[in-house]
Amino acid sequence: MARNASVQTKVGFTVLAWTVALLLFSPILWTIVTAFKTEAEAIATPPTFLPLTFTLDNFGDVQDRSDYIKHAWNSILVSVGSTLLGLVIAIPAAWSMAFAPTKRTKDILMWMLSTKMMPAVGVLIPIYLIFRDLRLLDTVHGLTIIMTLINLPIIIWMLYTYFKEIPVDILEAARMDGAELWNEIVHVLVPMAIPGIASTLLLNVILAWNEAFWTITLTSGRAGTLTAFISSFSSPQGLFLAKLSAASLLAIAPILLLGWFSQKQLVRGLTFGAVK
Amino acid sequence: MATRQTRTLARTMMAPAVIVLLIWMAVPLAMTIWFSFQNYSLINPMMTGFAGWGNYEYVIGDPSFTQALVNTLLLVGGVLLITVIGGTFLALLLDQPIWGQGVLRILVISPFFVMPPVAALIWKNGFMHPGYGMLGHLFKALGLEPVDWFAQYPLFSVIVIVAWQWLPFATLILLTALQSLSEEQREAAEMDGANAVNRFRYIILPHMARAITIVILIQTIFLLGIFAEIRVTTGGGPGYASTNIAFLVFRTGILSNDIGAGSAGGVVAVIIANIVAIFLMRAVGKNLDA
Amino acid sequence: MGSITLEHVNKSFGEVEIIPDISLEIEDGEFVVFVGPSGCGKSTLLRLIAGLEDTTSGHIKLDGEDVTGAPPARRGLAMVFQSYALYPHMSVRDNIAFPLKMAKMPQAEIDKKVEYAARTLNLGSYLDRRPRALSGGQRQRVAIGRAIVREPKAFLFDEPLSNLDAALRVNMRLEITELHQQLKTTMIYVTHDQVEAMTMADRIVVLNAGNVEQFGSPLELYKRPANRFVAGFIGSPKMNFVDGPEAEKHNAHSIGVRPEHFTLSTTAGAGQWAGTVNVAEQLGSDTFLHVEVEGLGLMTVRTDGEQTFRHGDKVYLTPDANRIYRFDAAGLALQD
Ligand SMILES: Nc1ncnc2c1ncn2[C@@H]1O[C@H](COP(=O)(O)OP(=O)(O)OP(=O)(O)O)[C@@H](O)[C@H]1O
Ligand SMILES: [Mg+2]
Repeated sequence: MARNASVQTKVGFTVLAWTVALLLFSPILWTIVTAFKTEAEAIATPPTFLPLTFTLDNFGDVQDRSDYIKHAWNSILVSVGSTLLGLVIAIPAAWSMAFAPTKRTKDILMWMLSTKMMPAVGVLIPIYLIFRDLRLLDTVHGLTIIMTLINLPIIIWMLYTYFKEIPVDILEAARMDGAELWNEIVHVLVPMAIPGIASTLLLNVILAWNEAFWTITLTSGRAGTLTAFISSFSSPQGLFLAKLSAASLLAIAPILLLGWFSQKQLVRGLTFGAVK
Repeated sequence: MATRQTRTLARTMMAPAVIVLLIWMAVPLAMTIWFSFQNYSLINPMMTGFAGWGNYEYVIGDPSFTQALVNTLLLVGGVLLITVIGGTFLALLLDQPIWGQGVLRILVISPFFVMPPVAALIWKNGFMHPGYGMLGHLFKALGLEPVDWFAQYPLFSVIVIVAWQWLPFATLILLTALQSLSEEQREAAEMDGANAVNRFRYIILPHMARAITIVILIQTIFLLGIFAEIRVTTGGGPGYASTNIAFLVFRTGILSNDIGAGSAGGVVAVIIANIVAIFLMRAVGKNLDA
Repeated sequence: MGSITLEHVNKSFGEVEIIPDISLEIEDGEFVVFVGPSGCGKSTLLRLIAGLEDTTSGHIKLDGEDVTGAPPARRGLAMVFQSYALYPHMSVRDNIAFPLKMAKMPQAEIDKKVEYAARTLNLGSYLDRRPRALSGGQRQRVAIGRAIVREPKAFLFDEPLSNLDAALRVNMRLEITELHQQLKTTMIYVTHDQVEAMTMADRIVVLNAGNVEQFGSPLELYKRPANRFVAGFIGSPKMNFVDGPEAEKHNAHSIGVRPEHFTLSTTAGAGQWAGTVNVAEQLGSDTFLHVEVEGLGLMTVRTDGEQTFRHGDKVYLTPDANRIYRFDAAGLALQD
């Protein structure tokens, strides 16, 4: 189609596309500009676009009021920790399914995916009670375990699709060269699958970072992640528009950057390799 | 490939993942089912013993359940409708020759990376608030009465927020699928004299069918469990107007501390999800192997 | 040392029996080639020896020691794959050093061996490159280098040259043959190219549908094929077969004549079989004529490149009486 597009149609499509894209982006844009406004300006009528008085105070206030740093640190611990733990369990499993498949491999993969379909509320109450009895409520490691479990199927699926692209010859060559399984995985498989493992890691950090069911229901103060941190701003509403924006911006900025960086892998990852 | 030894090894290597997921599936679910037949309240410790179908009768019999069920279906269906249709249009648009493709992609995909409570709060306070939200300002500028979205159209408002979050995902996947349609295929269709509408109908749409199925599958998994958006905006209200099944279980079990009834609700949620899952897996299984 | 013995080896994938029953004795230092049509089980047999697959029943012995259940790492064999299977993330040096590293050899010794292999295979200037940056022939050399540094009991090659162009193939064929003469290590070489088989092998195993049709030296197979399958498979162009009354004249169910065993004449009546040239393939040194012989069908005939033929030319063929192969109804060769 590119061949016969006239300049006019190109201009037309460009204007249309940018309009739609900016509309979709506007909530985020609003958050960014409002975060640098004073509270008074944030609720002014008519609204201003760029801040008249540019201020960084909101960020300081957010830190003082709700300890952003602590929550961010918890988010990092939980998202990175659960992803790494997930990888440790998933790499051997994905190796098995990609390189020693049996008749049941497809079924097992489907079953794993189906565990993602189980609604969290279906098991919320027992998990809540188990956590209460094991004193895991409101702990970072408790949350990490849950996050590992809910993202494990996705991690396995993603790795599986990446591993399947590695020619089995090369692993067999390693076996012929005298490599035991451990060496085959550490020296051959993992280095070859680094791009795939990296995008699996990125995507799962993003998913864990944004997970907002278990993080809210299983934490209160100590182990709260950024999702819990931001939820604490839902009331009292209205009074804190600029601070709310500052807090929101702080909560989403790291993952927004990571997301822009990994958007190509996202498609493959989230569709389990079914769309490339 | 593989010798008996490799296969044994493979089974061993797979065991941790399978066992962990099996436990994660089975133990809490069994407990939920057990609790759902018990009289068990954290507030009233005197209430104990076998409840029979009591909890189910209580949960399902309550009008709030029917409403939550309807809300769940409206929420999932509404968001799917908006994202699939909107995503298809956006994907077609972004696939045109335009300036700034790369930046556009980044702008469009961004909402997906916004955590649900933030998305909900931005929309609630920055856009849908009748006093100082952007939509309020817009309505005033047009000489209209600002709408108190969450009071008047609570479920619709939640659908808008969730659709905003998932539209980028649908767009990105559909765009990727679209771009994998080879130029040759399109040119061949053009040579055969197909006009734009026919090309879309007979070439592009069938090619995208698989991607659309995937979008529906993945989104449904996540949409059935929508929680934070409701918790942060309406709290399920007014009344039960924006409560879905997930939030209903949370309200009953955790907020009202009725473990028995909450569990019964949980079991029902699992059953509903399974019905949807079987239905979806069928559709997808067909599409996935091809 | 590296003698390899297969005893009643059987291999099935699920229900499908790929190798019914094979017994073979490969002597130390021999160069043995497995040939056969595509899908006949050559690779499978090689992988059984390598330990990458396990036998369904039967035994495999290396130097008399039963290794049937041993993993590949314990067998001390080296393999060169059709796809080369180089480690893409490692330099040529690390690729070659990998098996030594796995054997926990001291670094100094590894360096020495890698240098030596690189010199033998002319890889010196590529040692720090990645496989991606090498040509097909160079990759193949690296794969061979990786195999020789370990000083294995035997080398296993699975169609190592099939991804190379024709000229390079001839070169590498010679190099591998030289390597064998130099190392004197047992080599098993899988190919479906019978020229490779004939030129390289000490002995050839002709496989068909998982069965050994014949095991012998190249000339033995050429001169005394055990059956119709081997007769048709060894030799290029293929042997011509004739059934019916013409074969009965020789007391056989069918007879075979190789294209090079005809006397050809253009003089009317100066031959047993009269025919018409269908296609003439001129190679310069030889000309292959595809002749439609009346009552017998299409025959391939080799002549020298001196004379030119056209479509429709009449020719007269006389098979060399001493070189007519005779087969019974089951396809087995009949002895004179
Ligand atoms: N892992 C397997 N599972 C099932 N069948 C297999 C497997 N590997 C090989 N086969 C079958 O075994 C038969 C022999 O395969 P093999 O690869 O040994 O043939 P080959 O002689 O090497 O052929 P080629 O010249 O094409 O490489 C084929 O019919 C093949 O389909
Ligand atoms: Mg083969």
